[in-house]
Amino acid sequence: MTSFGSHPDRTGRDMFAEAGLAALEDAGVPAADVDELFYGNFVGTLSEGQGHQGPLMAEALGTTAPSRRIESACASSGVAVRDAVRAIRSGEADVVVAGGMERMTNMGTAGATKGLAGAADDLYEVRSGVTFPGAYALMARAYFDEYGGSHEDLAHIAVKNHDNALVNDHAHLQQEITVEEALGAPEIASPFTLYDSCPISDGASALVLTSPEYADEHDLEANVAITGAGHGGDTMALHDRQSLSKTPATRDAAEEAYDDAGVDPSDIAIAEVHDCFTIAEVLALEALGLYSHGEAIGAARRGETRRDGELPVNLSGGLKAKGHPVGATGAAQVAAIATLLDGTHPRADAVDDDATVGVAQNAGGTVASATVHVLEVME
Amino acid sequence: MTDVTNGEYDAFLDALAEGEGYYLVCENDHGLLPPRRACPHCGDRDLTERDLPASGEIVTHTTVFVPTPQFEDDAPYVTAVVDFDGVRLTGVVRGIDQADVEIGDRVTATVESNETTDEQTIVFRPAE
Ligand SMILES: [Zn+2]
Repeated sequence: MTSFGSHPDRTGRDMFAEAGLAALEDAGVPAADVDELFYGNFVGTLSEGQGHQGPLMAEALGTTAPSRRIESACASSGVAVRDAVRAIRSGEADVVVAGGMERMTNMGTAGATKGLAGAADDLYEVRSGVTFPGAYALMARAYFDEYGGSHEDLAHIAVKNHDNALVNDHAHLQQEITVEEALGAPEIASPFTLYDSCPISDGASALVLTSPEYADEHDLEANVAITGAGHGGDTMALHDRQSLSKTPATRDAAEEAYDDAGVDPSDIAIAEVHDCFTIAEVLALEALGLYSHGEAIGAARRGETRRDGELPVNLSGGLKAKGHPVGATGAAQVAAIATLLDGTHPRADAVDDDATVGVAQNAGGTVASATVHVLEVME
Repeated sequence: MTDVTNGEYDAFLDALAEGEGYYLVCENDHGLLPPRRACPHCGDRDLTERDLPASGEIVTHTTVFVPTPQFEDDAPYVTAVVDFDGVRLTGVVRGIDQADVEIGDRVTATVESNETTDEQTIVFRPAE
């Protein structure tokens, strides 16, 4: 991973090179062994005027292996990881790089807001005034109406995730905040203030995934494996859904991933979830089956999802504080769970010694796309 | 600039502006907005047109303070999702004080100009 943050003057190809080359070195895999690149990116054609980014990013890693750019809005690299897992399992690839990159701050706030709105239905939502924060605000208010909860409950999520990021030097925001500050921050889309929202970030992430056979043959130190993968879908526009306070794409992805790995929600010790806005963490925890509907809203306030709680969520700082370079986010979440489980993440001390299962959930748009990956410590 | 339209979306807005709003419905009563050739919920392709009810109920809303460039001069404004008994529409709420907009408010749908770009926009106003 690169550091996530404001890097308006860094090219996408350089950021992805930094993340990808470090991942290859860390894995002990030469670029020549990479069979394929699965690369996630959302607004590269707008922010850098650059299409066909797959080969460009493969080159940056020192290879001309086949590649593709995967665009699923904020779930772009979650989908890249998902497809990379499938390529290995099919037997067609032994070594793949899966990751993503986003360069956004060079577009300015207005440009980035417009770019992000592209994850919603342009005709029936964006032209009706929906912004990306606005869409999640619509879901938050529908959730409050159905289950109760308040903006203060959401503020506790922001405070928790900011606190988790304090030791993460790759995080965009390393700044302690209070519930009062979160509630009093400038409004962006009611009920949200600035601190309900993730920042606009630049950055890149990359994972090297190999078949078990390749890892054995080459004596790789692979302590953690992706044992379950799932991918779910839903309608683009919120108004076409039966419920505005549930995210069935995540539920479907989770069921698939849990089945695949042979685990239950009760086995999960840590989670990285897609908290682009505070309410999204609530929706994700419920769709992942870690809480029943209406219960996750108070989880951070009650302390359960804080790092000393029974189910630490977003120990990396989440999108909220780690940052959200859109196309890089999904793979970065998987990297966070992997390093938390094998003890190399700066917040690994918050993970119980006997913890063996973690989950990463990545969402695109208002969760019209979702991926879930289960990671387990290998015996 | 040529007068390129967005096909059935523009036709839908024109009808809504004339007070002749409509929607599509599949054999399982899933309400949909044009253009649709298949229902995303059940796959049915036998879609028929129905009149949009005269008024609907706000099911959720937000006041947007940080807009996209196309709503720069409109902000702050209220966007809402409104249930028209079978189909839902998203639009901008006008004619109600922003602080007073509530879930359950009854509104009618029409089409008005966006203040920033003059573009045709789905607008909800309080029902009589
Ligand atoms: Zn249907």
